[in-house]
This record gives sequence, structure tokens and C-alpha cells, in this order.
Amino acid sequence: MSDATAPSPTAPTSSLLKQDERTRRRNRAETRFRAYGMAAVIVGILALILLLTSILSNGLSSFRQTFITFPVTLAEERLDPQGNRDPAEMARVTTFGYAPLLGQSFVEHVQSIGIETGLGPREMAAMISDEAPGQLRAMVLANPELVGETITLELLAGGRIDGFFKGRVTMASAERDNNVSPEQLLLAEALREQGVMETRFNWNFITAPDASGQRPEAAGLGVAILGSFYMMIVVLVLALPIGVAASIYLEEFAPKNRFTDLIEVNISNLAAVPSIVFGILGLAIFINFAGLPQSAPIVGGLVLTLMTLPTIIIATRASLRAVPPSIRSAALGLGASKMQSVFHHVLPLAAPGILTGTIIGLAQALGETAPLLLIGMVAFVREYPSAPPDGFFDPASALPVQVYNWTQRSDPAFVERASGAIIVLLVFLIFMNAVAILLRRRFERRW
Amino acid sequence: MNDMRAVERDVDTNDLKITARGVDVFYGDTHAIKDVDVDIVDNTVTAFIGPSGCGKSTFLRCLNRMNDTIDVARVEGSIMLDGEDIYDPKVDPVQLRAKVGMVFQKPNPFPKSIYDNVAYGPRIHGLAKDKAALDEIVEKSLRRAALWDEAKDRLDQPGTGLSGGQQQRLCIARAVATNPEVLLMDEPCSALDPIATAQIEELIDELRSRYSVVIVTHSMQQAARVSQKTAFFHLGELVEFGETGHIFTNPSDPRTESYITGRIG
Ligand SMILES: Nc1ncnc2c1ncn2[C@@H]1O[C@H](COP(=O)(O)OP(=O)(O)OP(=O)(O)O)[C@@H](O)[C@H]1O
Ligand SMILES: [Mg+2]
Repeated sequence: MSDATAPSPTAPTSSLLKQDERTRRRNRAETRFRAYGMAAVIVGILALILLLTSILSNGLSSFRQTFITFPVTLAEERLDPQGNRDPAEMARVTTFGYAPLLGQSFVEHVQSIGIETGLGPREMAAMISDEAPGQLRAMVLANPELVGETITLELLAGGRIDGFFKGRVTMASAERDNNVSPEQLLLAEALREQGVMETRFNWNFITAPDASGQRPEAAGLGVAILGSFYMMIVVLVLALPIGVAASIYLEEFAPKNRFTDLIEVNISNLAAVPSIVFGILGLAIFINFAGLPQSAPIVGGLVLTLMTLPTIIIATRASLRAVPPSIRSAALGLGASKMQSVFHHVLPLAAPGILTGTIIGLAQALGETAPLLLIGMVAFVREYPSAPPDGFFDPASALPVQVYNWTQRSDPAFVERASGAIIVLLVFLIFMNAVAILLRRRFERRW
Repeated sequence: MNDMRAVERDVDTNDLKITARGVDVFYGDTHAIKDVDVDIVDNTVTAFIGPSGCGKSTFLRCLNRMNDTIDVARVEGSIMLDGEDIYDPKVDPVQLRAKVGMVFQKPNPFPKSIYDNVAYGPRIHGLAKDKAALDEIVEKSLRRAALWDEAKDRLDQPGTGLSGGQQQRLCIARAVATNPEVLLMDEPCSALDPIATAQIEELIDELRSRYSVVIVTHSMQQAARVSQKTAFFHLGELVEFGETGHIFTNPSDPRTESYITGRIG
């Protein structure tokens, strides 16, 4: 091949500067694959953006509420006919005794600031929320010395008036609506210009209990948030220790035989069981057999624990398995017992994975609706559950059930509130995921 | 130098520390160790040599029952430590492993600080009364493993951040810190440079005054340098076992001779 005389570089079989057919084909395949991947990611992101914008645009307004501010004269002859300020006596005056008082004061205030309206007193009073008399009554009964005075109150405006300021109710729709008239909207507009009506941030949406279907403006998430929170406590306290203990036993101690294989398969299957089945189970066992109260966070928590356990067990076993066996040998070789090797070395290394799995399981449980419907968490609850541990047995609602509940109601104002509740739910989920990420960062170690 | 080694090579005592008789090990259906008899004498270094896959690590793991942790492994025969059968049902392998320490073929430090790595054994066995005593054990062990100079300024840094050879010395320090009676070392020097190797060999020689050491090695020179007894394994069988000097100068089995001279392996 080479000349006998001068040693020259051997003739190259192919040039590196030119791509051959095979290389080009491989590169094309890779480019295509990247394009598919990008497309998939973009579709996912678009779907997410769509979802978030729709929820935010529908729901953000639920955090704001329209209030009417005017002086109310608490006439003594109406509220305390005996004149002795005895709360027991005063309690005999029902909300029906308070409503005319509010209406009268409102009409007087409108006249006093010089707004002309063709509305009669009844129609004007209808602009105040039906919830307001009850709130006033509770306030007066708590402070009997207020009777006889004139105090300036900030009261909820009716749902339609609130909807008008949020753009849900228009003059055109008011024409066709039995609950509101265009004249009322005109008056509302005028009152807003005078500063009597104002739409502002409303904490009560987060703290207040649910309200009836006629009073969307007063409905809040307080009971639902508390109920969900209690259930999460039950799930965390039960599912984490049981799940981790079961996983450690199965992964590190149990002999590998038919029986443990069977258990393993069944745990994986349990993770795939539809959640409503757990609801029926909870109804049959916890309520009908064990006699626990309906609608109680303890029952919801127990059902969600059953649902979350497989998730936690699977995640925990996966992270235990990911710990290199050489770590276990190292500990055993030094004369550590199996338990020492697990608790001193394996578990700390698996902790980030276990925590992540637990929080994902909790997040799943937080958003679960179907099983809770079956155990009566869908009931209309206006009383806050008391503080734990008694509160676990008091009736409560739950966030996702509240969403479901509100979407079932006829008043369109509840659509906004349901979206608002979804926002609250999402904020909790994002918060939990952030905690999971932080914990993972914190505990992650190199080896 | 060589002459001095030759003198030292004389077995100091003849107390049997470990006697293995008719040991068979199976991994499922694989017969990995076939009817092996070995005597480990106290205060001596015994070297296991043989081609890769012949069962040296497997047999070594029998001596502290680390094979128990492998599900498919099954050990038959009898292994006595100080006259007691270590496979007796009454024996707790945890107690056994505190007496028979081990350095693994692959360095496996805990993902903890260097200090905690070395201190772990003494802690779980309650060997140190207080922090000062523990500090002392850690320093002594690191010195013996020739790691002190490199590690003394970074005791609180992770052991996994050390180089491969340093990690292996850390594992040696960790094993030495628990004060075992028998130390099993599976190729402790395979990742070490000649200087560290020499230091470890010195350590092995020093350990011999108090413990018996069993070392697996692929280096004939190392076996010849540090050991008094040598066992040659081939395909799961113990081909030849005897005085190191005898095996290396005058092997009785042709397979031993071909392995030592580099014809099989
Ligand atoms: N955990 C295991 N499961 C199944 N078979 C194994 C296992 N460990 C070792 N073996 C088999 O047992 C035989 C002996 O392996 P061993 O690790 O004891 O060899 P070795 O002499 O230490 O080799 P090397 O010098 O390469 O470390 C090999 O055939 C190996 O495939
Ligand atoms: Mg080996």
C-alpha cells in the first residue's frame, strides 16, 4: 500500500469532515425525536396555562366582595322591648325583627345623601344581603349595650349587586331577572360613586362557613378548610408511620416468599382501586359497623388513610431499594444489627424519597372527593368543628367536596365561588409540593 | 529486607483461630465453594489467592456470615471460631461480626462525615466512654490506616468525598476502630498507590501481633510480602494451602505453579 521510500500518512478510508449516510440518518432520527418531545412539552404547558387562566379569571373575583356602609339605628323599642338589656329576653327578637331596622336605616341614609331613586323601601332593602340581619343580631346579642345607639356598619351587599360590580350581572340580564331590577343596579352605581358601596378584599371567603343557596355572597370556605386540615392530620398521623413501618418490614426484614409476593402484588393493586370503593368501604366499616359519626373528619381521614397507604408504601419501598446494598453490608460488617443498619443508614438515605411520596399521597388525599361524598362529608355544615381532638368527630366539610357542592347550586354566583375554592385548593397543593421539594433538597445527600 | 521478611514469616503461634471443615457454598444452583478445609492460625496473616471468580470473596464472607445477607446463598460444613461453631443456631451473627471485622472489595464508606464513619463501630459497640476517648480511637484508627495526615483537617467532611484509594483506607480505619479479633480484607489495596499499599501492608503486619488477618489479593508479591500462610483457590476448590514460603518456592500442585508463574489466571 505505502511506497517503499517515504513514510506517508496512510490514505484515509473515509473523511471525518464528511458525514456518512448512517450518521446522517441517526442525526435525523434524533432531531425528529427532539421535535416530538418539544411538541409534547408545549402541548402540556398550553393545557396548563389554559386551565390556570380559566380558573383564575373565573375565581379570583370571589376573593373580593361588595359591602354597603351606612349608619344603623338600633331602636330600643324593637330590639329590647323590656328595656332591661337581658340577653335572654333580647334573644326572643328573631332576625325578622332586625331586617326592617336595617332596611329603614338604609333608606334613610340613601335619602340623606340626596340620591334620587324610583325604588320603594322594600326594593331598596332587598339590595342588602339576607345574611346581614343575622350578623347584626349576633353582634347585638354579644354587645347588648349597643341597643339604642346609632352605629356605622359595613354589611354585605346582595349577590346580584355584587355580581353587577364584578360584571356578572348586567342591565340586560337584570331585565329578565326576578331577583334584581335595573333600577336597583342604577342605585348601586350611584351609591358606589358616593363611596357607600365598595368592592374590596374579603377574608370571609376563606374564614366564613358555607351559606345557603340564596346567599352566595356570604358563603365561605372556613369549615371546608378546617375539615380538610383535620383529615390531613389524621392521614399524616396514621398513614406515614404505618406505611413506613410496613415498607421497612417488607423491604428489609420479610423473607422473600410466595406470601410476601402476594402482599406485594396486592399493595400495587390497592393503589389502583378506584377511590369511591374506599368510600363504600368506609361507609360500611367506619360508620355502619364501628358507629363513627357521619360527616366527621375522623371517618374521612380514615378512608383517605386507606387510600394513601399504598402510595406511601410504594414510594417508600422504591426509595429504600434505591439505597445501595453496599451501605447495608458496610453496617452489618461492622457488627451493626439489621435494625441499626436500617435506622442509622438506610432510612436517612431514603428519607427524601419517603417524604416526597408522603406529600404526594397527602396531596392526592387532599383533592379526593368521591369517597367523601359517600361518608356524608357533602352535608351542609355551618358550625365550625371544635378544636381537636373533639373536632375530629364534629361534622365538617372538605375543600374538594365544597367545590363539588357549589357547582351543584343554581345561583350563578356560586360558579365564581367554586373557582375561588379551586384556587384555594391549588394554593394548598402548590404549598405542599414546595415543601416536598424543600425537604428533598434539605435531606438529599451524596454517596 | 527480604531476609528479614523471611525470618518474620515464621508462624508465631500455633493456636487455631478459625477452623473450616468441608465448607460448601451454593448460590442457588451454582456450587461456588467445594469442600474447603482451611485453618486460620491466630496472630498470622493468611492470604487467599486465585484467579478471578474462583470463590475467594465467597469463602471470606463465610467467615463472618456475611453470606447470610445474600438470599440465594447457602453454606454447608462447619466453621469454628475459637472452638465454637459460628453457624450454630444459637450464634447471633451480629455478635460474630463485631469479632470478625471486614473490609470489602469495593470501598463503601457511609455517606456521613469521615469522623462518623470511623466512630460508628465504637459507638454501636460502646467502646468509648466519652467524646475524648472516641476522638482518640478515631485518630488512632485513621493513623493506622495511613489516612490521618490527609483527613485530619477535614474530619467533618463526607467520607464519600474522598478519592477511591482514600475511601478504601477509610474503610480499613473503620474496621480497625471496632477492635476485631479477626480482620478479613478483600483486596484492600486494589485501588491504592504503592506508598499507601506499603502503609497498609505495614498496618497488616502490625495488626498481626494482636489479631489474625485474612487478606484476599491478586498480587503475588503482596501475598509473599505480608502473609505467613497462603491458600490457593481455583474454580471453587482449595488447591493448595500452606506456608507462604513453601507455596511460592515449592508448590506441590501444578495448577498453583502455573498460577504463580502467570500461566493461568
Ligand atoms: N451474590 C451472588 N449471587 C450469585 N452468584 C455469586 C454471587 N457472588 C458471587 N457469585 C458467584 O460465585 C463465584 C465466586 O465469586 P467470588 O466473588 O467469590 O469470586 P472472587 O474469587 O472473589 O473473584 P474476584 O477475584 O474477581 O473478586 C463466581 O462464579 C460468582 O459468579
Ligand atoms: Mg472477590
